[in-house]
Amino acid sequence: MTSHEPIEAEPGATAASPDKSPALPTPDVDQYHVNPAEKPARHRVPEKGKPSFANILREELWANNNFTVTLLAIVLALICGGVLMVIGNAEVRDQWQYLLYQPGKTLGDTWAFVSTAYVDMFKGAIVNPDTVNRWYWNMTTWQQVFYPISETLTNAAPLIFTGLAVAVPFRAGLFNIGGQGQAIMGALAGGTVGLALSLPAIVQVPLGVLAGVLLGGLWGYLVGVLKARTGAHEVILTIMLNNIAFLFLGWFILQQGIKDPARPDAISKPIQESGRLPQLIPDPLLRANLAIVLAVLAAAGVAWLLKRGRFGFELRAVGHNPHAAATAGIKVGTTVALTMALAGALAGLGGTSVALGTAPALTIDMIGQIGFNGILVALLGRVRPWGVVGAGLLFGALQAGGNAMQTFSGVSVELVVVIQALIVLFVAAPALVKAIYRLRRSPAAAAQAGLAKG
Amino acid sequence: MDVELAVPEAYWTRTRKTGAVMIVLGLLATIVFGALASSENARFALGENVSGAGFDIPGTAGAIIFGLIALAAGVALLVTGKHFGVLTGVALMGFIISALCWQMSVSTVSHTMPLGFIAAATFTAAIPLIFGSLGGVLCERSGVVNVAIEGQLLTGAFFGALFGTLTGSFWLGLLAAALGGALLSAILAVFAIRYLVDQVVVGIVLNVFAGGLTAFFYEQVMRPDTDAYNFPGKVPSWPIPGLSEIPIIGPALFNGNIFSYGSLIAVAVITIALFRTRWGLRTRAVGEHPAAADTVGIRVLGLRYANVLLAGLVAGFGGAYFSMLSTTGFSKYMVSGAGFIALAAMIFGRWHPVGAFFASLFFGFFGALTGFLNSISSPIPSQFLSMLPYLATIFAVAGLVGRVRAPAADGKPYVKG
Repeated sequence: MTSHEPIEAEPGATAASPDKSPALPTPDVDQYHVNPAEKPARHRVPEKGKPSFANILREELWANNNFTVTLLAIVLALICGGVLMVIGNAEVRDQWQYLLYQPGKTLGDTWAFVSTAYVDMFKGAIVNPDTVNRWYWNMTTWQQVFYPISETLTNAAPLIFTGLAVAVPFRAGLFNIGGQGQAIMGALAGGTVGLALSLPAIVQVPLGVLAGVLLGGLWGYLVGVLKARTGAHEVILTIMLNNIAFLFLGWFILQQGIKDPARPDAISKPIQESGRLPQLIPDPLLRANLAIVLAVLAAAGVAWLLKRGRFGFELRAVGHNPHAAATAGIKVGTTVALTMALAGALAGLGGTSVALGTAPALTIDMIGQIGFNGILVALLGRVRPWGVVGAGLLFGALQAGGNAMQTFSGVSVELVVVIQALIVLFVAAPALVKAIYRLRRSPAAAAQAGLAKG
Repeated sequence: MDVELAVPEAYWTRTRKTGAVMIVLGLLATIVFGALASSENARFALGENVSGAGFDIPGTAGAIIFGLIALAAGVALLVTGKHFGVLTGVALMGFIISALCWQMSVSTVSHTMPLGFIAAATFTAAIPLIFGSLGGVLCERSGVVNVAIEGQLLTGAFFGALFGTLTGSFWLGLLAAALGGALLSAILAVFAIRYLVDQVVVGIVLNVFAGGLTAFFYEQVMRPDTDAYNFPGKVPSWPIPGLSEIPIIGPALFNGNIFSYGSLIAVAVITIALFRTRWGLRTRAVGEHPAAADTVGIRVLGLRYANVLLAGLVAGFGGAYFSMLSTTGFSKYMVSGAGFIALAAMIFGRWHPVGAFFASLFFGFFGALTGFLNSISSPIPSQFLSMLPYLATIFAVAGLVGRVRAPAADGKPYVKG
């Protein structure tokens, strides 16, 4: 501990009062965080008579607030995605050579191609009107109607977990890039319980989830302890631990008792039925399982913790100003270590939800990129629990829709990754979105800024 | 967060703690490796293959002797508390050679280690790490955190393969690779410097962006028509007559190509530029104390833009190594984490070009060693050997083995006050 002279401060009477500030405590965040307490500008002084409701609505919607920026960022990213689609498709690309000879056909074909792809994406993520119609005429089952939504929820659940694993430490001023490694360790532990034991499902499933939480939490705790004890930067530590976890999983699945002896490739024995997370609707087509319910519960828990819990208060106090928090009697090191443990546990849950939810067995790339995508989800959700849920659902929908787009329009699903990254880039720099769309400053925000200065 | 909780003890300095660790390693090598090794000879051949001149070390004796060397170096560290670098190096080398004597003497496949081949494999594995970590050094010395090395390498690899094929010229492809890296760097620069977005955040997002973008065009354009879009020329080989005949290091250093010579030249040029020129002094000033630099009339933001772009050029050039070293071309996500090892090498090398170079070689050596131990079907799991660079970096940043310190203004955007 550096020299903190206890300046006659009782514990509790903190210099930093994070409860009072609805804005995020860390300075890193302020750049793209706009005060959420923006209500329609009722207190705006009308200059020439009373502005019509439509005027207020238009002004507020086109102003620089969170919702508008996010929405416009998504639109902007989808436009960029459309441009990439055209460049990536030989037929449509070649049309553009004849732009001056037959502009109508060129633009028409381009529009048809891009819009069809995005419509396919929508159909694969939310609902396909054709299927609904066919179901109405009894030509298909009702399960087919809910298939897209089920896929979206299935993809969203792990992302919500890993998103929370980034959002929680962010509030404590820590940037957790280790979601990937923590999720890998969680998947490894949960999956091992799922494949090695043969207990009744009512015991084995909670046991598997617990194992994932514990090992993921341990992997995060390691970062927290090293950070608290030595001051090592958590970004570097987590990047290194991600790679170590990946290599460890690669070794682990080859071990006797884990590896499937019947298969020549590196794959474990299949996860047993009794170890699997139960599906929401028992149907082979609808994969959505308990994970999405757990993810929403986890978000609710985190929201409660941050807002009401004692630990959540300490966490935000440390994020706001570690020196002030230490002066007020908060054990900064312990808080840092526990915050990272909590983050690791959440990411571990994400990994477990894949291992016991959708993966048939443990493989080296079973969790894909959910840890890294969790960073994007957290940033898009503005590191708030319910924001993370929303962003996770959006990313899950993009993923599910992207698969459909690849199947039906022949546009590679990799485009989804680009769109996701672009959305977050644009959201991270609201000034850029503002400049592109010439957004005005919200009158409410302007009034508040004025107050702050005065 | 700057709250430090470690209390420095008086006697147990880092050097002494390291000494204690080395003593444990030395004992382990002497007793365990010595007991497990067989009396067969472990042969170290000087050339690139197992035949030819070399020297033999009896397995058990070698394992014990080199274990004792490690032990002695550890004791010296503990007693004197000085000469950290040399003694740690000696102890680690002793430990590694002891382990090799054990592994090679009991191997059922081969008792010979071709040192020339190991040296060449080390350098080959290190080349992209050298370029990547130099890109990191250039960026971070001027105060911009570069977590996007992975993305810069990937973009370089993609642009090199694509434009090398389209233009039909290897050299134009190489130029395009460097420009591609700079293009991604430009996004980093604009977001970090102009829009003041958290630099780690931008870096991470850019890695995802570069990965997705190159994978998308690989799937849409390259894969359907490999000959037209993904068939860059092979890098020409330029052996230096005479020098390339030197045992062990000759084939590694002097039988190279534009990438291997380029990496050596880049290290030399950047080191001199950073520590002997006006530009270098200004870069370091901007990275340590931008406000002071601004006061004496240095254009902080302009210099940062320039350095970030330069870092992209260097890393993008190194990225071409992945897709243009052989004729296999680009494949999606082909860099697969090398950018993060390069980041580790930069930190391990203490933000110094020469340090980054040796750290890259160190990491490359473990890569080569992993390959060798696999080839003699050693029971040591290759995954654990591959973990060593990452573990070493954790030890370095945690200050357990020496202390590393980033440039003071690294990651802090500069806003003129």
